[in-house]
Amino acid sequence: MKDIITLKDIAVSFDGETILDGLDLSIHDGEFVTLLGPSGCGKTTTLRIIGGFITPDRGDVFFGDQRVNKVPPHKRRVNTIFQRYALFPHLNVYENVAFGMRVQKKSKAEIAETVEKMLALVNLKGFEKRAVSTLSGGQQQRVAIARALANNPRVLLLDEPLAALDLKLRKDMQVELKNIQKSLGITFVYVTHDQEEALSMSDTVVVMDGGRIQQIGTPTDIYNEPQNAFVADFIGESNILDGIMREDYLVEFFGKTFRCVDCGFGKDEPVDVVVRPEDIDIVEPEKGDLIGRVTNITFKGVHYEIIVDVKGFKWMIQTTDFHAVDSVIGIMIDPQEIQVMKKSEYSGMYGDYSSFSEEFDELADPEAENGAAQ
Amino acid sequence: MKTLSKIYNIIIFAILYFPIVMVIVFSFNSARYTPMEWKDFSFQWYELLFQNEEILSALSVTLEVALISTLAATLLGTTAAIGIHAMNKKLRSAMLTINHFPMVNPEIVTGVAFMLLFVALAVVLPLFKPGFFTLCIAHITFCTPYVVLQIMPKLRQMDRHLFEAALDLGCTPFRAFVKVMVPEILPGILTGALMAFTMSLDDFAISYFTSGSSAQTLSVTIYSMVKRPVTPEIYALSTLMFGTVLVLLVLANIGQIRDIASRKKRAR
Repeated sequence: MKDIITLKDIAVSFDGETILDGLDLSIHDGEFVTLLGPSGCGKTTTLRIIGGFITPDRGDVFFGDQRVNKVPPHKRRVNTIFQRYALFPHLNVYENVAFGMRVQKKSKAEIAETVEKMLALVNLKGFEKRAVSTLSGGQQQRVAIARALANNPRVLLLDEPLAALDLKLRKDMQVELKNIQKSLGITFVYVTHDQEEALSMSDTVVVMDGGRIQQIGTPTDIYNEPQNAFVADFIGESNILDGIMREDYLVEFFGKTFRCVDCGFGKDEPVDVVVRPEDIDIVEPEKGDLIGRVTNITFKGVHYEIIVDVKGFKWMIQTTDFHAVDSVIGIMIDPQEIQVMKKSEYSGMYGDYSSFSEEFDELADPEAENGAAQ
Repeated sequence: MKTLSKIYNIIIFAILYFPIVMVIVFSFNSARYTPMEWKDFSFQWYELLFQNEEILSALSVTLEVALISTLAATLLGTTAAIGIHAMNKKLRSAMLTINHFPMVNPEIVTGVAFMLLFVALAVVLPLFKPGFFTLCIAHITFCTPYVVLQIMPKLRQMDRHLFEAALDLGCTPFRAFVKVMVPEILPGILTGALMAFTMSLDDFAISYFTSGSSAQTLSVTIYSMVKRPVTPEIYALSTLMFGTVLVLLVLANIGQIRDIASRKKRAR
């Protein structure tokens, strides 16, 4: 596939604070790419560089083969969906959608036809004459999408477009956005801090932290084969353990050697080991590779989430069976469920689940909740 | 307690407005030098007023100066406000202090300062001889801060992404300014312009020091007239000026109320 946007060695800093630090990224034509990371990781800055609102201190931005560092936003064939929609309050729905085409001096008939088509695409037929102030958040979001797409962009940039919507609406809009992207076949670059959103919508996920890309891959790659402790911790729940790679396909932790599917590490190299909570089997204590005591159990609907103490390390395990607190269980892990990662700057930053409590779980994503409340 | 506060209010307003009401009433009195005696209702002073060459020329100077300085101050104030808004926090508050200073500075000081400046400049540039031009310059200067003051809050309320959205949709920066930013801050620009116009109409102290014999504003002319025995023509003129300013202020207030209402609607 052809690269439509290439970022090479991009660095940006504001007031002496480094925002992006040597970022390299290629985006293929027609792809749904998500920039995923915690707030302050540089994902929005990356998007604004592509949109032309920020000129990088160092590095090059290419659209195709053309270097566009100095090209102003109005000359770029990309359009942006802003976080708070940025609809023009003095114009009605029709005029908002027609805005870009009016600037380009398109004919009246063409504008009318395109506006009708776009409003149909986002299910807002009949809203033409409405003032944007009378629309709900979800409807405003749709107008913003129609307005951007009416310009027939090759790339659509979306900056946390669903952050201000409530959960139910957000799920519906995820599906709708994905459908729009598929049917139009244009490239979407999507910024979010919501890992679930990233995994369910994207062709490619770019995980960012501290102004650098931590991993690029398909959603399944990112989830199943995280490259470092940050990615493993940020995407989903994970038990991250210290291990030693004894030889290819053999990793040791908790004094026990486990078969695994990873190779290419040095002999006796210290590594980080990731095991997802849903990939652990619970068996009779005498049959388990490891033995632990249940310290906490929480009912989650589809499954129980239990915290198991194994030699002082608290594991999180998801299971459909009930295990009473203080019962002793055995743990078994299949070789393909063990992901071995090289040590990184993030090693040791994410401990076990010893600080786990139900209240903590509820506070886990304050940013998303703030966004929904606003 | 409630009746007491009502009475208090009535007294305050009576003190504030009684003199003006007196002027209005006696502008319709046909008696001449004994204003405290009511004779007949008549428009004779208004008729005389509009035959008085001195007053009519002063009126036209006043209106011309007000119009020119309103236009110039609105343009300057709008661009200044946008520039100040784009500055970082420190610079912005410094600039706003500089902007607010002329509004609290005693007018007479401003007037004397202008006079000195123009006298000095006139030595080299005859254009700065006291007259219409210097009046305009002075009025533009003291009106501009009021325009800035009216527009700043509108800029703060504006979604900062609106401008970027317009650029994103293909507008050049100037076009984005005209098509998106101006409509958003228009209520501020209009009230700013109205403020500038009334301030310019109102002004006496600064005009007194910056106008020459070639061009005098109404207030300066009236001042020179009252040195002679006062004629009720001046009551008629004062009534008209009071009426004009009142209408302008009411218009400005209606504009503001409408703006607040539409903002509330938008917030819902």
